[in-house]
Amino acid sequence: MKIVVCVKQVPDTETRIRIADGKVAESDVNWIVSPYDEFALEEALKIKEQKGGEVVLLSLGPERVVSALRSGLAMGADSAVHLKDAKFDAADTLGVAHALAAAVKALEPDLVLTGQQGVGGDNSQIPGMLAEILDWPQVTVAVKVEVQDGQARVEREIEGAHETWETTLPAVVSAQKGLNEPRYASLKGIMAAKKKLIETRDAAALGLPAEALAPKTRVVAMDQPPSRGAVKMIEGDPETQSRELLRLLHEEAKVI
Amino acid sequence: MPGIVTFAEHRDGKLRRPSLEAVSEARRLAASLQGPVTAVLVGPGAEGLAAELASYGADKVHVFDDPALGAYATEPWARALAQAATEAKPAAVLVPFTAMGKDLAPRAAARLGAGLVTDCVSFTVKDGRLEARRPMYAGKAYATVRWEGDPQMATLRPNVFPLEKPDASRKAEVTKGQVDTSSRAKVTAVHAAAAGKVELTEAQIIVSGGRGLKGPENFHLIQGLADALGAAVGASRAVVDAGWVDHQYQVGQTGKTVSPTLYVACGISGAIQHLAGMSSSKVIVAINKDPDAPIFKVASYGLVGDVFEILPKLTEAAKAYFSAKH
Repeated sequence: MKIVVCVKQVPDTETRIRIADGKVAESDVNWIVSPYDEFALEEALKIKEQKGGEVVLLSLGPERVVSALRSGLAMGADSAVHLKDAKFDAADTLGVAHALAAAVKALEPDLVLTGQQGVGGDNSQIPGMLAEILDWPQVTVAVKVEVQDGQARVEREIEGAHETWETTLPAVVSAQKGLNEPRYASLKGIMAAKKKLIETRDAAALGLPAEALAPKTRVVAMDQPPSRGAVKMIEGDPETQSRELLRLLHEEAKVI
Repeated sequence: MPGIVTFAEHRDGKLRRPSLEAVSEARRLAASLQGPVTAVLVGPGAEGLAAELASYGADKVHVFDDPALGAYATEPWARALAQAATEAKPAAVLVPFTAMGKDLAPRAAARLGAGLVTDCVSFTVKDGRLEARRPMYAGKAYATVRWEGDPQMATLRPNVFPLEKPDASRKAEVTKGQVDTSSRAKVTAVHAAAAGKVELTEAQIIVSGGRGLKGPENFHLIQGLADALGAAVGASRAVVDAGWVDHQYQVGQTGKTVSPTLYVACGISGAIQHLAGMSSSKVIVAINKDPDAPIFKVASYGLVGDVFEILPKLTEAAKAYFSAKH
């Protein structure tokens, strides 16, 4: 069983995001593997432990992405493919999905696992776009995955319910929090990761035409969220506080 | 006259509120974008929902009602939406950012070769083109996004776009569509949560608990207040990671991003990744014993005190308030 895990390098969720010149100021950012992608990788490693096979990491981004790939290799992935090209810089989600799809086609896996969203961009678009471009089925927001005989059984979350899905393989499955607890890299894993292969491919190597990367969406400005008004503190004993709060919610805020 | 296509999701024979929000927004945008608003319905018997969509502003309702389309499956639904958009050649395609919309829209967008902007909270029309505003980094930043080419496809955050006043005298032209219904991925079972449970992302009121509750055995205090207010229950990452409650209750950057009209944070200090997920709530109440907790910086109303003393009193007062009101 060959599994490709798409990983995105993102700002740490504890990072305070600062905007400068209409963009996120990268100098302040501590980069991590998107937490949802860690769930995807953990699941791939568990499937490999049960069924054998190999786990290949796939990431698109600038040189810094290598550290995300190294941490994934340290967790236990076998090899990695780094899609790196200045031509990718302006690509939007659809362009990135085209590049990832071209790389996946060349790798011919049985399963692609991704996070259900990349933390930060919060687009939740890559899994579905990738599946459509590959003409594969998809099951998104998975909280349980079982692979058997060319099929996957996946539990996913929707509003107020869990669904069980069955899909043929190959397929794209996206991971939600709750799927598993990602392992920590061992010292041995970190040492071994240094020797593992990271292959680099550019747009030409992927055979990507310029139109596949032409952005269909463009961020024209970034700003901080509007600041909220000053807090009104409610004093008194708990009973007075409670009554006064309900009065204000009703009469002033008009939300109850 | 290109117009706007919206996707209308329904469950248990009823249109879901975010679908009506999408039609309402399409109606408002149609004033500047020109052309008809076409709502797409998928499912046998879905035609019966056309009149309600019309009352909120749909000029046309395009129905895919093949009997094989009984249970949601990504592939045929994406084909249906893409086909409807290919036929209508709209300026924009609006899809609610619900679990279904989140699953469906990217696949349909790739099929159309359309740019997709996720989780939009507002739109403006400039020089005949859409401009969307959307949170990134779970609300720590906002991006203004424009599209190249048509259709301009977007998903809409639930609970943000107001509903139009329904007008029962409005009628829509109903048309039928056919689509390949085959799917390689299929739902085989649905395990519904307890009846009456309010979904976090669609709740008007949310009561959330954090580490200040000291242990899972005290989380019933959150449930109690939520019940009294008719609210959904949320939680901070700290208590989810500690295993007190399931992750589906988590509000914040690796959980759910919510925008209720009222958010009550109890014993939550306000880590940046939690604030990111709830700071677009209309009114925020913070209850915390530490007057310097960051949660008070985003709160509209602050109560400094012990959650174990305040929550029972507040629950009692809320019950009395609602029984007096009704």
